[in-house]
Amino acid sequence: MNALLELRGVHTAYGELSVLHGVDVRVAPGEVVALLGPNGAGKTTTLRVAAGVHPVRSGQLLLGGRDMTGATPRDLARAGVCLIPEGRGVFPNLSVRDNLTMMTFTGHSRKQIEEIAFTRFPILAERASQAAGTLSGGEQQMLALARGLATDPAVLLLDELSMGLAPLIVTRLYEQVAEIARQGVAVLLVEQFAAAALGIADHAAVLVRGRVERQGLPDGVLRAELSALYLGSSS
Amino acid sequence: MVLFVLAPAFGLFVERVVMRPVQGLGEAERLVMTIALLSGLIAAARWIWNPNVPRSLPTFFANSAPLHIGSATITWHQAITMMVAVAVAVSLRLLLHRTRAGAEMRATVDDRALAGLTGADPLRANRVAWILGIQLAAVGGILIAPELTLDATQLSLLIVSAYTAAIFGRLRSVPMTFAGAVVVGCMESYLTGYLPDNSLLTGLRLAAPALMLFVALLVFPHGRLHGRNIRLRPVPVPTIRGTAIFAVAIVVFGVVLGTVLSQSDLITYGAIFSLGIVALSFVPLAGYAGQVSLCQLSMAGIGAITWAHLGAHGQLWALAAAIAIPGAVGGLIALPALRLSGIYLALGTAAFAVILDDWIFTLPSFRILGVRISLFDQGSVQAVGPRLFGFQLRTGTELMVASAVALALASVSVAWLRRRRFGRQLIALRDSEAAYAMLGGNLLVARVMVFALAAGIAGLGGALYAMQQQSVTAQQFSFVTGLPLFLIAVVGGLAYVGDGLFTGTLLDGPLNAMVAIAPWSANLAAILPALAGIGLGRNPDGLTPAVRRDWEPVARHRIALAVSGVAVTLLWVLRLMHVINGWVLFGGALAVLLALRGYPALRPAATGEPEIPVEWWGLRRDWRPADEEVLARGIARG
Repeated sequence: MNALLELRGVHTAYGELSVLHGVDVRVAPGEVVALLGPNGAGKTTTLRVAAGVHPVRSGQLLLGGRDMTGATPRDLARAGVCLIPEGRGVFPNLSVRDNLTMMTFTGHSRKQIEEIAFTRFPILAERASQAAGTLSGGEQQMLALARGLATDPAVLLLDELSMGLAPLIVTRLYEQVAEIARQGVAVLLVEQFAAAALGIADHAAVLVRGRVERQGLPDGVLRAELSALYLGSSS
Repeated sequence: MVLFVLAPAFGLFVERVVMRPVQGLGEAERLVMTIALLSGLIAAARWIWNPNVPRSLPTFFANSAPLHIGSATITWHQAITMMVAVAVAVSLRLLLHRTRAGAEMRATVDDRALAGLTGADPLRANRVAWILGIQLAAVGGILIAPELTLDATQLSLLIVSAYTAAIFGRLRSVPMTFAGAVVVGCMESYLTGYLPDNSLLTGLRLAAPALMLFVALLVFPHGRLHGRNIRLRPVPVPTIRGTAIFAVAIVVFGVVLGTVLSQSDLITYGAIFSLGIVALSFVPLAGYAGQVSLCQLSMAGIGAITWAHLGAHGQLWALAAAIAIPGAVGGLIALPALRLSGIYLALGTAAFAVILDDWIFTLPSFRILGVRISLFDQGSVQAVGPRLFGFQLRTGTELMVASAVALALASVSVAWLRRRRFGRQLIALRDSEAAYAMLGGNLLVARVMVFALAAGIAGLGGALYAMQQQSVTAQQFSFVTGLPLFLIAVVGGLAYVGDGLFTGTLLDGPLNAMVAIAPWSANLAAILPALAGIGLGRNPDGLTPAVRRDWEPVARHRIALAVSGVAVTLLWVLRLMHVINGWVLFGGALAVLLALRGYPALRPAATGEPEIPVEWWGLRRDWRPADEEVLARGIARG
C-alpha cells in the first residue's frame, strides 16, 4: 500500500545537538505504527517533525506523496495532520466548548464536532462549560483525542497518550484509536507503555539514538528485542 | 480616521516590529519591549507636541444643554462616554466569548504551539489583539482627553488607573474589568472631593490611582502567568582576574575623566559612575534573581535624601545610612512583593515609584514621634561631598574619582556575590521558585535580602549622584526618568557585572555629548534609550557580553595591556599639560583602544581546532568539563 505519511532520511537537531540521524518512517492509510524506544531516542521529535513543529535539517516529509518539507504546523494541520502532543493537548483556561471551537479551523462546523465528541465521550457534554484545566487527566486526554476523532484527519500523531492515566482509561482510549484507524486514518503513535501500543499496532519501529534500529511486525521477537533495548541485553 | 486607519496601522506596526522579535523569548523581554514603547512614545510625543504649549480638545456637543436625570446633571460628553464604554464592554465580551476569533485569541494566550497545531493562526490572533487594543486605547484617549490636560506624560500615566481596573478583572474577565473601572473612577472622584484639606494629603490625590493599583495587585489573587516556554539564559560566573582588571579600568577611567573635564562638564558627566551604581543594582535583582523592579531610581532618591539630610557635613556614617535606609525600604517592598511575579511585580514596583513621586517626595517636612522628617522640602535639597580621613571631598574631580571607586567596589562585590552561595540561591530562585522552596530555601528571606541589597546599592548610587549634582530635586528620581535607566541596563545585559559601567556610560556619555554638540538633538536623545530597548529583540543577551568578548583577548594579552596603559597615560599627561585638548584625548584614547582590540586577534593562539560533531566529544578529542554544560543546555532547549 502507498504510504500516506512518509519521513525520508530525516535529520534534525536542537541547536548544535543533533537528534535524528536519518529516520525513515512510513504509515499507510488505516495503519497504526507504534514508535518505540528508550528515553531520548527522538520519538517525540519525530512526531514534532511530522507535524511541522520542528524543522527538518535534511531529508523529506511527504504527505500523500506530496513534499511538505518546511511547511508550517498550520499548513500541515489544514492538510490533515493532527498531532495530539504529550500531556497537554488542551487549552487549560478555555472551556470544553471553546476547546471544541478551536477544532473548527480544519473546516468542520462546531455542530458536527460537538456531535462526534459528545457521542464518543458523553462526559464532555456534562462538562461543556467547565474550564478544560479543571477536568481530570483522563477527561483532558479524551478532549484532546476528540480533536483526532472529530476533525477527520488524514494522519493522526499521538504522543504518550497513556501518560499519567489509569490502565483502564488507557485501554479505553486505545480502543478509540483503533476505531479511528479503521476509518482509514494513518496513525503514528509514540508510547512508553509498550504493551498498550503493541496491542493495536500493525507495525512497530524501534528508535535508538535517532535511528530506526528495527522495524517490523509487533511480534514476540520484537518484544524480546525491546526489552533488551530498554533494559540492556545479557549477551 | 484615527480609529479605523491610524490605530490599526499602529497596532500592526507594534506587532510586527516590536513584539514579534521577542515572541519566543521570556516574559521579561516582552515586558521590556512594552516599557521601551511607553518611554519612547512619551519622548516622541514631547518632541512632536511641545509640552509647554497648553492644548485642549473640544468636548462633544459642548454647546448643547446638559441632561438632567433626577438630581444629577450630565453633559452630553459624559453621556456619550458612558454609552461608548458600555457598548465597548458588551461587544468585547461577545467577541471574546462568542466568536471563533475570540477563542483563537484566548487559545493563543493559553498555548501558542497547540493553537498552531489546530490550524489556527497565532500570528493573526496577535495582530487582531494589538489592533483591537490600540483602537480601544484611542477611543479612551479621545473621550478622556477633553476632561484632562492634553499632555503626553499625564495621559500615559492613565495606564496606572487602567491597569488597576484590569487587575480587578485579573486581565481576563471583561465584566469584572468594567466593574473595576467604575470602582476606580468613583474612588478617584471621592478622594478628590472629600479628602480633608491637609498639606500632608495633597499629594495623596495624585497618587491615589497608583495606591489603588498597589492594593489591587496585592488583594486580588492572580494565577502565575504561564512560564512554560520561557527559556532562561545562563548567568555567567565572572572570573576573579577579569573582575579585578575591570575594576581597575573603572578607576582609571574615573581618574582620567575627573582630571580632564571642566567643572561644569564634571557635573554633566559625573553621573556616569553614580547612575552606573544605580544600574548595577539591577544585576543582582533582575539579572540573578529575575525580579523586575521599576522603582530602583526611587530607591536612589531615598538614598540621596538620606545623604543630603544626615550627611550635611559629610559625615561618613551618613553614607552607611544612605545605603541602609533605602535597603530597609527595599526590604519592606519585598514583603508585599512576595505575592507578585513577572508583569505583576513590575506593575507593583512601578505603582510604588509613582506613589513616591506624587505623594511621598512632595511632602513638606513633618514629625513622627518627635523626629523631624523632611524629604525634598517641596523643592531641592543640597548635598555635599563626604569627609574621608579628615579630608572633605569638595571638587567635582574628587567626587568623580570617589564615585568611580565606589562603582568599582560595588561591581566587585556583585561579582563576588555571584560566586558565593547567595548568588547561586538567587539564580535558583529565578529558575524555579517551587523547586527552590522544595530544596528547603526560604523564599521570603531570599527575596527580602535581594531587594534590600539592590535598594542599598541604588541608595549609594543616589547619594553619590546627589553629591555630584550638588543639589537634587524629586524630578530627577521620578518613575519616568527611571525608565531609560532600566532600558539601557537591559540592553547592556542584566546578568553581567559590567552592566553598571555600560549603562552609566551610555546613558550619561553619548547622549549628553550629542546634546552638547548639537542642541537640537535633545529630543532625539530622549528617544534613543527606547529605540535601544526595542533593538533588544535582536540581541537578547545584551551588549555587555559582546563587549566583553571583544575585549577579553586584550585583557589576556600582557603586551597589549601594557601598551594601551602607556598610550592612554601619555595622552592623559599631555592633556594635563594642556598640550592637547579634551577631544584629542578622547579621540586618541579611543583610537589606541580600538587598534589594540584588533591586535591580539591578528595572531590568534593555536587553538583553532576542527569542528568535531557533538557525538564524538570525548572520543576524537578530550572531554572537557565545559562540555557537560553545553550538552545540558542543548537538551534543556528542546
